[in-house]
Amino acid sequence: MASKITFSIGGIHPNDSKLARERAIEVLPLPEVVYVSMAQHLGAPAKPVVAVGDSVKTGQVIAEPGGFISAFVHSPVTGTVKSIGPRKDLAGNNVTHIEIVRTGEDEWAEGIDLSEDLVTAIPDDREAMLARIKACGVVGLGGATFPTHVKLNPGPAAKPECLILNGAECEPFLTSDYRILLEQTDKIVVGAAIMQKILGCRCVIGIEENKPEAIEAVKATVARLGYQNMVVQTLKKRYPQGGEKQLIDAVMRRQVKSGALPISVGAVVQNVATSLAVYDAVQKNRPLITNTLTVTGNCLPVEAQHNYLFRIGMPLSYIAAYAGGVPEGAAKIVSGGPMMGKAIANMDACTVKGSSSLLYLSEESTRRAPATNCIRCGRCASACPMGLEPFLLARLYRAGDNDGLEANAVQDCIECGCCLYSCPANIPLLDNIRQAKGQVMGIIRARAAAAKAAAEAAKK
Amino acid sequence: MNTIIWTIVTLTVLGLVLALILYFVAQKFKVEEDPRIDQVEKVMPGANCGGCGFAGCRAFADAAVKASDLSTCFCPVGGNEVMNKVAAILGKEAAVKAPQVAVVRCNGSCANRERTNIYDGVASCRVKAALYSGDTGCSFGCLGCGDCVAACSFGAISMDAETGLPVVDESKCTGCGSCVKACPKNVIELRNKGPRGMRVYVSCINKDKGGVARKACKAACIGCGKCAKVCAHDAITVVDNVAYIDFAKCKLCKKCVAECPTGAIHAVGFPVLPPKPAAAKPAAEQKPATAKVPAAAANAPAAEQKPAAPQPAATEKVAAPKVEEPVNQAKKEVSDGQ
Repeated sequence: MASKITFSIGGIHPNDSKLARERAIEVLPLPEVVYVSMAQHLGAPAKPVVAVGDSVKTGQVIAEPGGFISAFVHSPVTGTVKSIGPRKDLAGNNVTHIEIVRTGEDEWAEGIDLSEDLVTAIPDDREAMLARIKACGVVGLGGATFPTHVKLNPGPAAKPECLILNGAECEPFLTSDYRILLEQTDKIVVGAAIMQKILGCRCVIGIEENKPEAIEAVKATVARLGYQNMVVQTLKKRYPQGGEKQLIDAVMRRQVKSGALPISVGAVVQNVATSLAVYDAVQKNRPLITNTLTVTGNCLPVEAQHNYLFRIGMPLSYIAAYAGGVPEGAAKIVSGGPMMGKAIANMDACTVKGSSSLLYLSEESTRRAPATNCIRCGRCASACPMGLEPFLLARLYRAGDNDGLEANAVQDCIECGCCLYSCPANIPLLDNIRQAKGQVMGIIRARAAAAKAAAEAAKK
Repeated sequence: MNTIIWTIVTLTVLGLVLALILYFVAQKFKVEEDPRIDQVEKVMPGANCGGCGFAGCRAFADAAVKASDLSTCFCPVGGNEVMNKVAAILGKEAAVKAPQVAVVRCNGSCANRERTNIYDGVASCRVKAALYSGDTGCSFGCLGCGDCVAACSFGAISMDAETGLPVVDESKCTGCGSCVKACPKNVIELRNKGPRGMRVYVSCINKDKGGVARKACKAACIGCGKCAKVCAHDAITVVDNVAYIDFAKCKLCKKCVAECPTGAIHAVGFPVLPPKPAAAKPAAEQKPATAKVPAAAANAPAAEQKPAAPQPAATEKVAAPKVEEPVNQAKKEVSDGQ
């Protein structure tokens, strides 16, 4: 294997701005009230199983999956359920939240192992491990929050060949994955070994070259713990390396077909933070109620940057206040990285399992220059990591040509923002393409549903 | 000279031969089509707006000819007049429908609804709605990017620069419903025009609890239910903290307009009456000087207020007719709600 590898099409090289990389993870104190969202994961929202007035312990199940692709949600604190109802999420849309008022220090639910000693022996029962992962509400923490137990159980027909552990953290500014790779190395490696055993395949841990300390630490741990078929792979620094299909291309040199899942080429990609959650779930029976979040930004001095271990349901305004308040020069606050993150419209929104950052961006770095005409330079097309032609897609969208959009594979867009980043004419390519993708996906789904209904009718 | 004559003769003969061939080919491959389709298409408005649910006027004509009765076919643009002509051609019965008009159900003008953040993305409601709830505290109301204006084939909608809300020109609106489909927030509704253009409707769709809605917008429906109580005709229902007036049941008494503490209920198209001494109850207590907002509102029974309201109330642009007293009521309502 080459010493440094990367994906083959497109990509950009933004300044990585990992300003908070030297800040060790601190544990956030608990707020008096938490609001736990029922839509913390991809798929159907969870259904509350507690009632107003119930007392709950830390780690107790408070909501169950609302469908096949859904996940359990656990109480992040010990307290009393005050209300269950709509509350605005960070985009300002109403989502059902459970409000829990803390009554005191943590009193953990039964069966949770709180000891800190590392358990390296991996259980043999695959089904039991999957059940634990499901029961602990583990979801993918790389951004998409896809329920992990579904992804690790691809069905009898699938042949997983390689588990890729994603430690690329290619988004600028974010350092939470880097910090856990340094501070929780052992647990992450054991977590990877657990998932490897569940899938029965080899494992590659991919880390970008701008994190040499993490690469060394993980390499040493893998050697020390002596897991077989597990290698650490250095990746070239390039955005969007952490994209599922890009990582598969980089590590396995295989392209996932349009509309297919990674498992079709034998790959399963999991984030390093997910691996940590899998370790906690399988070895310690600890539900996923914590994650790491970076408070950073280009208008914050380095000493005001932090990496925090947060509990789900903490209001963002509470975290911002604890970190020293919103800095004066902040024009935009983003949850997630600057490339794919979402601007926060409501600071009273609460953290969810997948929260990864509170990013303060200055006016000059966020202001959009007025769009001018396309000059056909083709930079967007050469930057697109999916090999699409963003200028064409944006035009087709404006013309309302859904067939043309589908023929040009708008549904393959991963919304990484490379086109927008590279456009010298400041054309809002991604805004339009994202909309077009939604439309075309809707058409494809409706067609599939109609075909299914027709097939069933033909059977009868 | 000979050359010219020969050329003309040759081309004429060639033309005639080809015309004959074309004639016979056209006869041979003639598509048999009901001649009534052409007749129906002729009487259609020809806007091809799709308001009927078919892909243009010819598709409508085709469907109307093939349909066993005209219950599924209605041209909202042409209305009953065109439908009667269509019915006459086809010898079928046309369903009589009340003419409809697009109604913007949002009071979130710049004055009523505070901006909480700045949106600098693409100026399209659909894109904005997919990203987040909007640049105000209200996650239900108008986003103000004008997708409805772009969707209107008749030039009947325009954005009011002052309020930031779309305004429907009733004389141009045909009720085709393009704007209703274009609005990602379902703010626009087709309502019956009402007798002589008079109608009463709730100009808000905010489903948040009263306190939250009120905080986001001064003229939001807070779901207090006062209108439903005062309505003698059972026309008003309050579902999910927002009132809705059933236009089939509404008798246009306007009691609810006077009762609404936030001015979310609008009455439009009513003639301006001379002030009566025995006005509705809430109006009796208020003085014209207490009017907070210059009341463009129209003929809400606050009849004494009329000197401040010189504008005729023909358009949808009805600002909240708010006066001191009802505002206090609203505050009380909010604290009760929480």
